[in-house]
Amino acid sequence: MKALVSVKRVVDYNVRIQVKPDQSGVVTDGVKMSVNPFDEIAMEEAMRLKEKGKITEIIAVTVGGAKCEETLRTALAFGADRAVHVKEEGEIQPLTAAQALAAVFKKEGAQLFLLGKQAIDDDASQTGQMVAALLDLAQATFASKVELDGSKAVVTREVDAGLETLEVDLPAVVTADLRLNEPRYLKLPDIMKAKKKPIEAVSFASLGVTPGAGLKTTKTAPPPKRGKGIVVKTVDELVAALKAKGLV
Amino acid sequence: MSKILIIGQQADGKLDSGVAKVVAAARQVGGEIDVVVFAKDGAAAAAQAAALDGVTRVLQVDRTENDHALAAVVAPQAVALARKGYSHVFVAGNTFGKDLMPRVAAKLGVQQVSDVMAVHGPTSFDRPIYAGNAIVTVEAPAAPAVVATIRLASFTAVGGGGAAPVEKISVEAVLPTHTRFVSLAAQKSERPELQSAARVVSGGRALASSENFKKFIEPLADKIGAGIGASRAAVDSGYVPNDMQVGQTGKIIAPELYFAIGISGAIQHLAGIKDARTIVAINKDAEAPIFEVADFGLVGDLFQILPELTSKI
Ligand SMILES: Cc1cc2nc3c(=O)[nH]c(=O)nc-3n(C[C@H](O)[C@H](O)[C@H](O)COP(=O)(O)OP(=O)(O)OC[C@H]3O[C@@H](n4cnc5c(N)ncnc54)[C@H](O)[C@@H]3O)c2cc1C
Repeated sequence: MKALVSVKRVVDYNVRIQVKPDQSGVVTDGVKMSVNPFDEIAMEEAMRLKEKGKITEIIAVTVGGAKCEETLRTALAFGADRAVHVKEEGEIQPLTAAQALAAVFKKEGAQLFLLGKQAIDDDASQTGQMVAALLDLAQATFASKVELDGSKAVVTREVDAGLETLEVDLPAVVTADLRLNEPRYLKLPDIMKAKKKPIEAVSFASLGVTPGAGLKTTKTAPPPKRGKGIVVKTVDELVAALKAKGLV
Repeated sequence: MSKILIIGQQADGKLDSGVAKVVAAARQVGGEIDVVVFAKDGAAAAAQAAALDGVTRVLQVDRTENDHALAAVVAPQAVALARKGYSHVFVAGNTFGKDLMPRVAAKLGVQQVSDVMAVHGPTSFDRPIYAGNAIVTVEAPAAPAVVATIRLASFTAVGGGGAAPVEKISVEAVLPTHTRFVSLAAQKSERPELQSAARVVSGGRALASSENFKKFIEPLADKIGAGIGASRAAVDSGYVPNDMQVGQTGKIIAPELYFAIGISGAIQHLAGIKDARTIVAINKDAEAPIFEVADFGLVGDLFQILPELTSKI
């Protein structure tokens, strides 16, 4: 059984984001880029399922410009067998990405699609659900545990009320939450081996995807700043300050 | 004129507290506001929705398949309804809405606006990106519909004086059987719900065990009637359950008073507390980033400070 895992190139989670002075976007030039952390978790889960013999082939996929090849190489170093690069420059919105990913999933005849639950750049948290909708498949989002059982998957999800467990028929879409696993560290030999693994380039046109009208970003602003607070020396001072503000 | 459809999340006959905040966002758009309740028996939740200020009408869709409000099952019904002339479809930006709405948007063929934090007009909204470190203003195409999740921490719930009519309707939609509910392990707590609590006490990695959470965090929370939250590190380490995580990928909250105890203040954690009115930080490291956003900081060992604070507050 084949699994597809999508990976997105994003600004590293440790970078302090700066908004451009002309409010046209955030500064990404010269900034460290990484694989979206949730996608690493998705990739790790695919590897674990393969190591358990539940799946036989892992295909990594990304939608984005030429630089995203790095991201695919990281996925290949994790252990993906091969990769598909939907090569398109410029801004790509979730529905468009989902249309391309759905087309790749269908073409590959995969049974399981693992994605991160959100990308830490646009924080949209849409793509997995959209792929599932476009293909009329089951979805199990925000997964913290995945068990494959023949033609079904049993998935535990992190929801506001606690932990919800669903049973879904395969093929299905699963999006990874933080506690699904802890991704392994990449070893040098794996990074070397990844250089030789094949990456197939495709395009929206070759997949039959026509990007529709999207959201237009008219302004990017820094968030409102909180006023600088005060440091108190003792518990008594703290309690007095809170009482003075009528907070306790 | 706008015609807004709100998906009114419910569980066990109780309308989710987020719906009143989604109605507040919808009122800023203006126009007619319909709330639909998908349930096995939605009478009680529909009545609660009908009482919300500003609601035009409540639609009650009772169906046995709606017992557990699965995204794959609710989405086709929401899509069928949305196509009946609605200009906007809104839902709360909690795990229910985040799971459901992209499925609706994809079926309608529109890009979704996630986590609306301000409404400038019927098609113009602000939303956070990069864990709230930048705010974008986006213009959404008006047709076929604007589909959005609402960031609950950004809106104040509408009041409850209304008396909108409730209509029981049926929606033509073929429902899939590929997704089945197995179980829900919910934490039962007498404490205020994290997302709507006026006061929240959160603990971080420094607590070092679930015993310490009970011994140091709980007494303070109980003394001031607060809900309890946690950093990702505290949840990952198993000190408290996942539904207590506050932050970019956990719950986004806006209490009047927030205590960050033994929490360093990583940007992912701060993303969840930016709208707190007053932030109090207790941390032994005077350089911890949490002090950059705290209104009141106290540098010291939490294990000494908390018992004293709990007795004096
Ligand atoms: C993709 C992604 C998503 C994330 N999402 C979230 C999220 O939603 N929410 C979240 O919280 N984090 C999130 N994180 C994790 C985040 O980056 C931090 O790792 C995490 O918030 C740290 O938790 P902490 O502050 O409890 O621990 P630490 O950073 O280890 O801080 C512990 C603090 O306790 C202090 N301390 C230690 N002992 C004492 C003592 N005796 N008395 C007083 N103070 C003491 C220390 O000085 C330190 O400041 C995410 C990370 C990633 C990569």
